[in-house]
Amino acid sequence: MTKFNFPPSIASRPIWGTLEPRKGKAHLMIADAEGAEALIDLANAAPALLTMAHLIYLPKDTGKRYSDALAALKPASIYVGPSYDAAESRIQRVLSDAHMGLQIYLAGTEGLMGRAMSAALAAGLPLAAIQTEHRGSVARRMQCVHCKGITEDVTTDPFVCAHCGLNLFVRDHFSRRIGAYQGVCVDAEDPGEVPPQKELYS
Amino acid sequence: MTLQFNDETFTGDYTFRNSKEAIRRFPFPFHEDSYMYSVNLEPHKPGPKGSAYEHRFDVDEHYLSEMKDRARVLNDDPLRCQSLPHMDLAGWDTLELIMTSKAEDYPDLFELHRDGNRWRWVNKPMAIDQSFTFLDTSTLPCGPMEYILRQTQGDFAILDHRENNLWMDAGMVTTQADWSLDFDIGMNFMEWHAPVPLAHQLGVFERALKFLLNLQQGAPVRRLNWTMTVNPNLDTSPENYHKWGPEKTTITPENVGEKQHLRVELQTLWRLPRSNALLFPIRCYLIRLEDLVTVPKWGRRLHRVLRDLPVELATYKGFIRNRPVIVEYLSQFDDGAPTSPGCFPD
Repeated sequence: MTKFNFPPSIASRPIWGTLEPRKGKAHLMIADAEGAEALIDLANAAPALLTMAHLIYLPKDTGKRYSDALAALKPASIYVGPSYDAAESRIQRVLSDAHMGLQIYLAGTEGLMGRAMSAALAAGLPLAAIQTEHRGSVARRMQCVHCKGITEDVTTDPFVCAHCGLNLFVRDHFSRRIGAYQGVCVDAEDPGEVPPQKELYS
Repeated sequence: MTLQFNDETFTGDYTFRNSKEAIRRFPFPFHEDSYMYSVNLEPHKPGPKGSAYEHRFDVDEHYLSEMKDRARVLNDDPLRCQSLPHMDLAGWDTLELIMTSKAEDYPDLFELHRDGNRWRWVNKPMAIDQSFTFLDTSTLPCGPMEYILRQTQGDFAILDHRENNLWMDAGMVTTQADWSLDFDIGMNFMEWHAPVPLAHQLGVFERALKFLLNLQQGAPVRRLNWTMTVNPNLDTSPENYHKWGPEKTTITPENVGEKQHLRVELQTLWRLPRSNALLFPIRCYLIRLEDLVTVPKWGRRLHRVLRDLPVELATYKGFIRNRPVIVEYLSQFDDGAPTSPGCFPD
């Protein structure tokens, strides 16, 4: 089961969609882990679309499960890489080369979609050109409001900031510019009194 | 003008004080004995003489010390002042509005001399005398928004108007009630208000946005917002919450009157002429409870408002843990007598 129904929340929390084929001369697809399934579904709906696409895929802990299937879709260009950091310069290059009308398809974890969306918006692409579909882990990309450091793949609330070490609680307040949710010190008023960690949505 | 500027601090030893006159002119926000969110916007017309509404941008006895505190906060965290690239013109609009208003409203404190685009700005309290070319950033020591807001009390957000929405695309924020400009910059009206409880269900933000999208130049509006702050700390930022949060645990029945402050924001909204953006000043006023209750009507009313406030609001405003002590303290000043309508003292 790689689809998850997120509970209703506040207005700044993104609502992830379902990828649909769009007309356009250029298509950029970025996915991680189970996000591959969304691209395969998209290809089934519109086989020709993938042949015009630049596909960047980060398998994370899914190993080789999806890589061959994605390559078999015959994208115009495909990159399979170990991490977003590793892929970042390539993503930046594709975005800076983009012309009006580039269609962007993001699929997988919220962290991947948040980060790629932030990069696309910073490159001047309109929000309307970006589609998303959540698949796989419900881990979040969190920014510590105190030290500004980003902690990737957070699955518990509260969690420890990977940079400054403060105990942070997970807010639903989301910044598209940063591509992350906001983490705020959970024991500021009673230092040391940290509530027990719970899995997100448990 | 007999304005005497205080020398005081908003951090560390917290020497901030309100004079008798400052207490009397405090913008008390409750016009009745209860509170709930509403679209409480009214025209920002000159109010009673001596009140915080007398002038377009109020300058009071805390001016110089607030500007020192602002410089300190900006030095510690430059991200408190940000402007997205398309907001330069709105920054110049802001500078013009504030300089022209202050020079007209406080001629003994501020002067603006204009010869075409060659301007000279004199800020006597801060000992500034700056000649520059309007719309030429290279003639100022920093960007126009930062330049004028380092000389103006209150936080400022500048809202870009596009796609039938308002986007918080620039601002300077050092006296905030626990929200982050760095996180919220670039968000639209609904997004940056997202964490506020209850008000969305009441439709408050939809109505407010609709109203503000139609705001006309020369017809600014205002409203008051409020919260509670322990110690006279202007910089209650989320960035520093782990530093000031522990101060909330220091409230006792003995010190609550001195340490607990009512924090009021005088928010105004202005349509800017060239950029068509909205300027959104959020001016913070602080008053300790023991000073507030020297106005009997305010003591009675604040007791009733805080006692009856829904739990969600007391939690969101961050004083749920101290509410019992605060309400107990204020109850001494509430004899049950009826209060007169309106916010001003009797």
